[in-house]
Amino acid sequence: MIDLSTFLPILMAASTPILFAALGEMVTERTGVLNLGVEGMMIVGALAGFAMAVATGSPVLGFVAAAVAGAAVSMVFALLTQYLLANQVASGLALTLFGLGLAALFGKTYEGVKAPAMASGPLGLNWVIWLGLLAVPVIWWFLNRTRPGLILRGVGENHDAAHGLGHPVRRVRIMAIAFGGAMAGIGGAFISIAIVLQWTEGMTAGAGWIALAIVVFSNWTAPGVLAGAWLFGGVTALQLQLQAGGANVPVQLLSMAPYLATILVLVVISALQKYSRRAGLGAPGSLGQNFHALR
Amino acid sequence: MIRLVPRSEAAPLWQIATPILAVLATMITGGILFAIMGYDPVAAIRTIFWDPLFGQASAYSRPQLLVKAAPLILIASGLAVGFRAGIWNIGAEGQYIIGGICGAAVALAAYPGEHWWLFPAMVAAGALGGWAWGMIPAMLRNWAGASEILVSLMLVYVAQKVAAWMAFGPMKNPEGFGFPGSRNLQQYPSASNPELIAGTGAHWGVVAAALAVLAIWVLMSRHIRGLHIRASGLAPRAARFAGVRPETLVAFCLGLSGSLAGMAGLFEVAGPAGQITESFGSGYGFTAIIVAFLGRLNPLGILLAGLLLALTYIGGELAQLTMQLPAATVQVFQGMLLFFLLGFDLLTRFRVERRVAA
Repeated sequence: MIDLSTFLPILMAASTPILFAALGEMVTERTGVLNLGVEGMMIVGALAGFAMAVATGSPVLGFVAAAVAGAAVSMVFALLTQYLLANQVASGLALTLFGLGLAALFGKTYEGVKAPAMASGPLGLNWVIWLGLLAVPVIWWFLNRTRPGLILRGVGENHDAAHGLGHPVRRVRIMAIAFGGAMAGIGGAFISIAIVLQWTEGMTAGAGWIALAIVVFSNWTAPGVLAGAWLFGGVTALQLQLQAGGANVPVQLLSMAPYLATILVLVVISALQKYSRRAGLGAPGSLGQNFHALR
Repeated sequence: MIRLVPRSEAAPLWQIATPILAVLATMITGGILFAIMGYDPVAAIRTIFWDPLFGQASAYSRPQLLVKAAPLILIASGLAVGFRAGIWNIGAEGQYIIGGICGAAVALAAYPGEHWWLFPAMVAAGALGGWAWGMIPAMLRNWAGASEILVSLMLVYVAQKVAAWMAFGPMKNPEGFGFPGSRNLQQYPSASNPELIAGTGAHWGVVAAALAVLAIWVLMSRHIRGLHIRASGLAPRAARFAGVRPETLVAFCLGLSGSLAGMAGLFEVAGPAGQITESFGSGYGFTAIIVAFLGRLNPLGILLAGLLLALTYIGGELAQLTMQLPAATVQVFQGMLLFFLLGFDLLTRFRVERRVAA
């Protein structure tokens, strides 16, 4: 029943939004900041990208606009957590609720509009898919082989020590939050411009939350994020093929599969991280804690 | 240069002032937003915050205040207990949906018999369904260390699919002319949750919300479990040395907030909503998070915050009718409110001082 020639392209397309959003969030979390606003930044990116693509007829400009819009809304989160020292969990939730509302408000006029066609890249896959795959080694190299990457990880591992060494904790974190916002925006725009090809309210449908789970699954590494995104894409593609193949299971139950798979993966990985003797890299030491320099 | 000095204790005056400041800031920013969108800002703010209570249509909209506030307060008072302990149940929306489905299942199984015990049994089933849905993230966190934030949130999407499945499959009304959705419980006397006092909007959910506020107040200020919860939120390590088991608190907090959310779902399906449909989840579970924070995780505060957020729902609907304001305006308002609240909260935890040049 599974046809590989359609299964693989669907897998690649379904995993790309999650890949972008989770890579961005992974980098943000490596600086010690937990931003639960991924879903909100994605939907804002989905709308901004779609609106720009429709207005200019250029999907490329759409993705640029999505990145800018995602980074822009993430700055509200940065202001709250980095300057006003607000709780990161609550601030991230607020960003998600606000983003969903904002996109619904300004998206009304785009309902029923069609996205401009995108040129396909090598192997018939969209060039943004290739860009996402390219981002994995680049981010890995940046984090593990460059000096700024080392500073970024240091800030996330122990912000007091990083501050003591003279590194600008707050500035590093704000830049990482903006990067996470831009990546989430691109991921969201991929859904509206390249997959669904139109705008519908709440169209990210939990992709941002799945991306957050993938970051945990990845153990905060770029290759791990790719594996997680492909796993998710595989489950989605399988589920869609079962639907199309007329499987004798209600559609509503089949469409639960990506969410249930995410929970399952999250549980298995969390248990491994909890019970394994040689804990690998694990979560950054300062994850979720605010930094306030008294001196 | 301005510097922030941490306070040893939260400032009591600012604790009361910050929610009020946040509401005012939201109104001003909202007004600016309306002006940009081409609406009269003063008229829009008045339509949302004043007209439902004192305007021409207030005879209709005033009872709606309790109808909308009851589920918000019921859910938020449970969430606040967990938030105090640093246990983040953000999947109340899912527990609400499952509670509604379980309660409706009991009614549909008994249909069309009239029994005095039916409604109490439905309330119990609703609470139990919500409790069970909340216990999934609790158990997965306790056994495997999985984040309760992500698991409870994922389960919202699963619950929405369950509701859709029920509406199109097992619970579909056999006399519904093929339309999706269950039988309407409002037309089934034993199972319905009617207005108790005509013209007030008060149904059994309102009674339950009032009782929940009272019970949570007793729990948090008079019961040893409440002390443990507060201690775990403020100083988790110290609480553990004092013999508080984190696993017990996780199960208690998620179970409690789950069962209250489940009950809210049951009161809704048996009353205002009437039936299980694909879109039964209406966002109360997420708005309740804002209610809990706006009420400063305090029972009395949640009561007031629930009424205020209910007002924005009704005012938003009114503005939709009279000014053609988009429905999502209220959502944006609620998000902004939480932003301002979290921002102004700085003033309760820190003293702002001018740094004197050394």
